[in-house]
Amino acid sequence: MGCEMTEPLLVFFVLAALAVIGAVSLILQKHPIHSALSLIVVMLALAGLYLLMGAEFVAAVQIIVYGGAIMVLFVFVIMLLNAGAEERTSLSKMAGPPGLLLVAALAAFVAATIAKSGTSIQATAQTGALSSTKGISEMVFKDFVYPFELTSFLILVAILGATVLAHREKS
Amino acid sequence: MSAHPMLEYLWIVPLLPLLGSAINGILGARWPNKIVNIAAIGSTGLSFLCALEAAREFLDWGQGFFRKEFFTWIAAGSFRAGFGLQVDQLTVVMMLVVTGVGWLIHIYATGYMAHEGGYYRFFSYLNLFMFFMLILVLAANYVLLFVGWEGVGLSSYLLIGFWFLKKSAADAGKKAFIVNRIGDFGFMLGMFLLFRTFGSLDFQTLFTNAASWPAEPMGHFGTFTVACLLLFMGATGKSAQLPLYVWLPDAMEGPTPVSALIHAATMVTAGVYVVARSHVLFSHSPTAMLVVAIVGCATAFFAATIGLVQTDIKKVLAYSTVSQLGYMFLACGVGAFTAGIFHLMTHAFFKALLFLAAGSVIHAMGGEQEMPKMGGLGKKIRWTYYTMLTATLAIAGSPFFAGFFSKDAILFAAFQGPTGGRILYAFGLLTALLTAFYMFRLIFLTFSGKPRYDEKKVHVHESPWSMLGPLVVLAILSVIGGWFALPTFYQGPDYFANFLGPVFGAREAAEAGAAAAAHNLELILAGVAVAAATIGFVVAYWLYVSRPRKADELAQSMKRAYTTLLNKYYVDELYAAAVVRPLLWLSTNVFWKATDVAGIDGTVNGIAHGAATIGDGVRHSQSGNTRSYAVWVVAGAIVVLAVIFFWPSASKIAMGLVR
Amino acid sequence: MVPTNYYVILSAILFGLGVFAFIFKRNVITIFMSIELMLNAVNLAFVAFSQALGKLDGQVFVLFVIVVAAAEAAVGLGIIILIARNRETLNVERVDLLKL
Repeated sequence: MGCEMTEPLLVFFVLAALAVIGAVSLILQKHPIHSALSLIVVMLALAGLYLLMGAEFVAAVQIIVYGGAIMVLFVFVIMLLNAGAEERTSLSKMAGPPGLLLVAALAAFVAATIAKSGTSIQATAQTGALSSTKGISEMVFKDFVYPFELTSFLILVAILGATVLAHREKS
Repeated sequence: MSAHPMLEYLWIVPLLPLLGSAINGILGARWPNKIVNIAAIGSTGLSFLCALEAAREFLDWGQGFFRKEFFTWIAAGSFRAGFGLQVDQLTVVMMLVVTGVGWLIHIYATGYMAHEGGYYRFFSYLNLFMFFMLILVLAANYVLLFVGWEGVGLSSYLLIGFWFLKKSAADAGKKAFIVNRIGDFGFMLGMFLLFRTFGSLDFQTLFTNAASWPAEPMGHFGTFTVACLLLFMGATGKSAQLPLYVWLPDAMEGPTPVSALIHAATMVTAGVYVVARSHVLFSHSPTAMLVVAIVGCATAFFAATIGLVQTDIKKVLAYSTVSQLGYMFLACGVGAFTAGIFHLMTHAFFKALLFLAAGSVIHAMGGEQEMPKMGGLGKKIRWTYYTMLTATLAIAGSPFFAGFFSKDAILFAAFQGPTGGRILYAFGLLTALLTAFYMFRLIFLTFSGKPRYDEKKVHVHESPWSMLGPLVVLAILSVIGGWFALPTFYQGPDYFANFLGPVFGAREAAEAGAAAAAHNLELILAGVAVAAATIGFVVAYWLYVSRPRKADELAQSMKRAYTTLLNKYYVDELYAAAVVRPLLWLSTNVFWKATDVAGIDGTVNGIAHGAATIGDGVRHSQSGNTRSYAVWVVAGAIVVLAVIFFWPSASKIAMGLVR
Repeated sequence: MVPTNYYVILSAILFGLGVFAFIFKRNVITIFMSIELMLNAVNLAFVAFSQALGKLDGQVFVLFVIVVAAAEAAVGLGIIILIARNRETLNVERVDLLKL
């Protein structure tokens, strides 16, 4: 790993910093709407990273679906429910010290795994040969057509579920 | 049809009583007494006829030994035991005695038990006993013999405790069975040892094999000695010798026909039969023979002393039985097996008669068994009196009655015995004197003198002919039964010894040779025995007829000795303290409280309790608190990560399984 | 050329932060958002490996992940609305009717 600061590396660090700041902000903010906005920042940063990696279709989908649909949904719900700032209630016994420990352990594991496989994954040259969108569409509609159809079914179920759940009883 | 149909179908002989037992047991509950009689007496009588026919065919066959295996019962590895029955001269004697005397007693019992409840049950058990006893004497291997052995023990238990609602009877039954079991333990160990040494428990194979082994020197505890002593231990249990005789006096709780059949004529002789049957093994071990002789002699003397002062008529006869069995073992112990079996046969006749007559007396007295409360019955129940007198003369050894020849033969053989024979002879002679004394004491107390009971309350009546008939038949046998074996020097052919000669082989021939030479000695010893018996008679007459109060005065003056004898040397109390109580303590405290309650129950309950406790602890994870659930989820994820990280091979296997 | 390790480390960091938020936040909607954060972190790792290995399978999978996340968000938010109506609170610690 060279220390020279090439351009891609610089862009990476900027976007990475943005993502991390967004995530930390999500944790530290008290009002859920602020957390939602922080999450949007994270998603935009990730979209940027996808672009940096050459996955333009995924970046686009990330912005459109995640940022434009899912996060908007979150914001709508927050406004609908009039969520206020978080109150301070006592911590459950489980979530206190053990939780901290577990998070630390998790982080340690992931770090160790990465360290172990240190140099085994080398970045190959950017795949410019096959355009991302075209390649993905070929794969989806040829090799993964069955899961694709299943996901459409899944979405249908989700729509129905959401409708039923949110339906107000005629009292 | 072969020339010997009965022998081919020899299993019919034991099967008939079994059928009778089954029929009476299953269907007899609703039948009137007469029908039960037909089944019981019919099956036994038929069995007797078949036994006669089998004996006749055997003699006709003349080849000395018949054996047939009807089917293979056990075949496990190298161990084979079949349902094999054999007939030789010894079997003929036993078989005829068992079926013949058994049949007579069955007839007697129809009269004696006529007014008892559970009539059918009694005969069912009695027939069952006959079946097992016949299996025992007909068996061709130790295993089948042991089946019969155990079976007669079972029948004895059932019959002793026939009046099971009476606690003393139930206890007596249990005592008999348990004490027998102790002996059976030794018997089984002996069988195991024999199998291990010789590879077979079949008589023919075993004895042929054993005969070629050298005899063991005296005092050397080799295989033969140990095996024989173990078998003898079983015999002491079954035949009520020291130290396992304690059940027989208590067994008098059972009905009198039971006492006659089982505890006089047949079951208790099973031990003698086993020793006689195993004579090949015993003759290889002088140590074991000596032990048998000493135990027999000591028991004979010991039991006779107790019998001197007993007041219950059946108890006197019980101790007399123990004593006479001691004589039989004494005979076997000094090598005179023929004499022992001869005495077995004659004893069956007169002891059965004595018991049946005693039953007749009890029946006449309306249930009274204590002799101090009898007296002067001789004129009132004449038939009973005369037959009982005949039996007493026989047992005392009066010349020309049955017991004379057999007892004489035993004493003569003891006198000439290899080790300490003179001492054995002396005690045997003394016992003969005591026997005569207490038997005549019984006669005088019961039948002579003035009645010591209230004549208005007790209506003495003679027994019905169903009871008297067998008494008469047995009385005749008690007289002529000994004439089978008139020794040669009385100018009569010794049928019996010649008869059993082929069974007991070379040893007996030597004995016969020696006997012929010591002709005069035998005459002298016979005379001495008669003299001893006469002394006993005279003393009894003096104490109980001439001066009736003298007996009580003697008892008072020798009070200590008297009470010891009366209390049977406190042997039962000794056993209770030394054996029974420690065992009970062990069972209660160690096996029950410590092992069962604390150990086993504790473990099982502990596991249940543990499961409940664990459940109680784990329950706290279901707190209903979503955040703790979240933490559990993360914890699970970490576990998976840990497995992948530390144990990559396992994770690869898991992945393979998933695919 | 950014080494793949950097992307994976970033993904790990984001995932860890997501878990932290999952455990320590009290508002149920915030918890839900932390789940989305975790999913995004995983997506990043997928794309990074896809680029490293030169195959497009990773990106296809990311597609599916996004679709499933969308469906899950819809249903989940519906449930949250119901909870908010019934319990009149968005504090996850007040929703404890299953407590033994």
